[in-house]
Amino acid sequence: MGNAVKSPWVLHYDASSCNGCDIEVLACLTPVYDAERLGIINTGNPKHADVLLITGGVNTQNKTVVENLYAQMLEPKVVVAIGACALSGGIFADCYNIRGGIDTVIPVDIYVPGCAARPQAIVTGILQALAVLDAKAKGTHVAVDKTAREKVCR
Amino acid sequence: MTPLLSALLYLVLAPLAGCLLAGLDRVATARMQRRKGPPLLQPYYDIRKLMGKQAAEVNRFQGYYLAGFLCFTAGAGALFFGGGDLLLVIFALTLGAVMLVLAAFSAHTPFAHLGAHRELLQMLAYEPMLILTALGLFLATHSFGVAEIADTAKAPVLVLPGIFVGYLFILTIKLRKSPFDLSSAHHAHQELVRGLTVEISGGHLALVELAHWYENVLLLGILYLFLAPFGWALALAGVALCYLIEIVVDNSSARLRWETALRSSWLVALILGGANILLVPVLLRGW
Repeated sequence: MGNAVKSPWVLHYDASSCNGCDIEVLACLTPVYDAERLGIINTGNPKHADVLLITGGVNTQNKTVVENLYAQMLEPKVVVAIGACALSGGIFADCYNIRGGIDTVIPVDIYVPGCAARPQAIVTGILQALAVLDAKAKGTHVAVDKTAREKVCR
Repeated sequence: MTPLLSALLYLVLAPLAGCLLAGLDRVATARMQRRKGPPLLQPYYDIRKLMGKQAAEVNRFQGYYLAGFLCFTAGAGALFFGGGDLLLVIFALTLGAVMLVLAAFSAHTPFAHLGAHRELLQMLAYEPMLILTALGLFLATHSFGVAEIADTAKAPVLVLPGIFVGYLFILTIKLRKSPFDLSSAHHAHQELVRGLTVEISGGHLALVELAHWYENVLLLGILYLFLAPFGWALALAGVALCYLIEIVVDNSSARLRWETALRSSWLVALILGGANILLVPVLLRGW
């Protein structure tokens, strides 16, 4: 296990999600799921974060915000797209302003499906992201599992 | 033990003690919130990770200021545990804090500046009480030397009860705990986006954490001075109890406005500290 794996600090951003997935992300930090037992801290500062938890389908206005947040995070870093909208745009995919998924803007490492994604799924997603983070820290390449993204129904 | 040896021991052991203290703090906090909490060594894992992150300096001054923060803080602690002059310890500690403020000011970010301004206000709040603490210890033991103060027969806490409580009060500010964590928000509070340390990342943030470990051990060392004549076991138990009280206060209070922080700490310094200083001759003689 590498260094980053034991202390993943997360940054949470709502890229035009309906707030459903965001509430579930925050639920992970409550005493019930207690993400801090895994060393997870919610930072709110991209420069301190290792993991970007991002929800929503990204619209034309917050596209630059998402790009900036990603650019401000220091290597090694991973991106976890959470919820149907973050995977493909979800029910908003056909809206005129929705770009349709996080990976239309920044590279995504882990896809967590669900509408809304359950806290258990989110914590599992973060744990999978840690394996990717570890591999990135060691300089090895990891293939991104896109099954959840392709399976998601619209 | 020679002063040089104990100063060196502090420089080597304080990070270990500070790390364990930070870990215990986080576990105790989690238990108070009915959570399991992180592993005891979580602060160590955090620092190790920060060291491995990509280096990103916002300007060429920040690193020097942070190194200054670490050196002056660790230097103040080495002076203290080497039995040096308490006034010099407090001045070196303050200089270290100024270095941290300069590091925050060196970046052109509103949040960093907000944090730096608030840190200056906090220094304004706790400095009078810190000076009164040194003055009180001098009046009680007729020496500013830490070695002499630790050697007195009568425990300073019996002569300086007001100053002891006042020091505990400003310890909340120095340990960056609620209700006075104005300049650098904890994990869950994000309204300042970390304030002071917003532009400090990776290895530089690790330096800040390390300096905080040195600082916390030194601050608890000053607390120990008040209780030293009771014997080391009782004195350490007293320090642990005081730290536990700080954690309880941290978990049971919301952040105050800076005006309240400044006003209350000056009132405490004036009333508890000032009155205690006036009463020292009476208390020394006994009622």
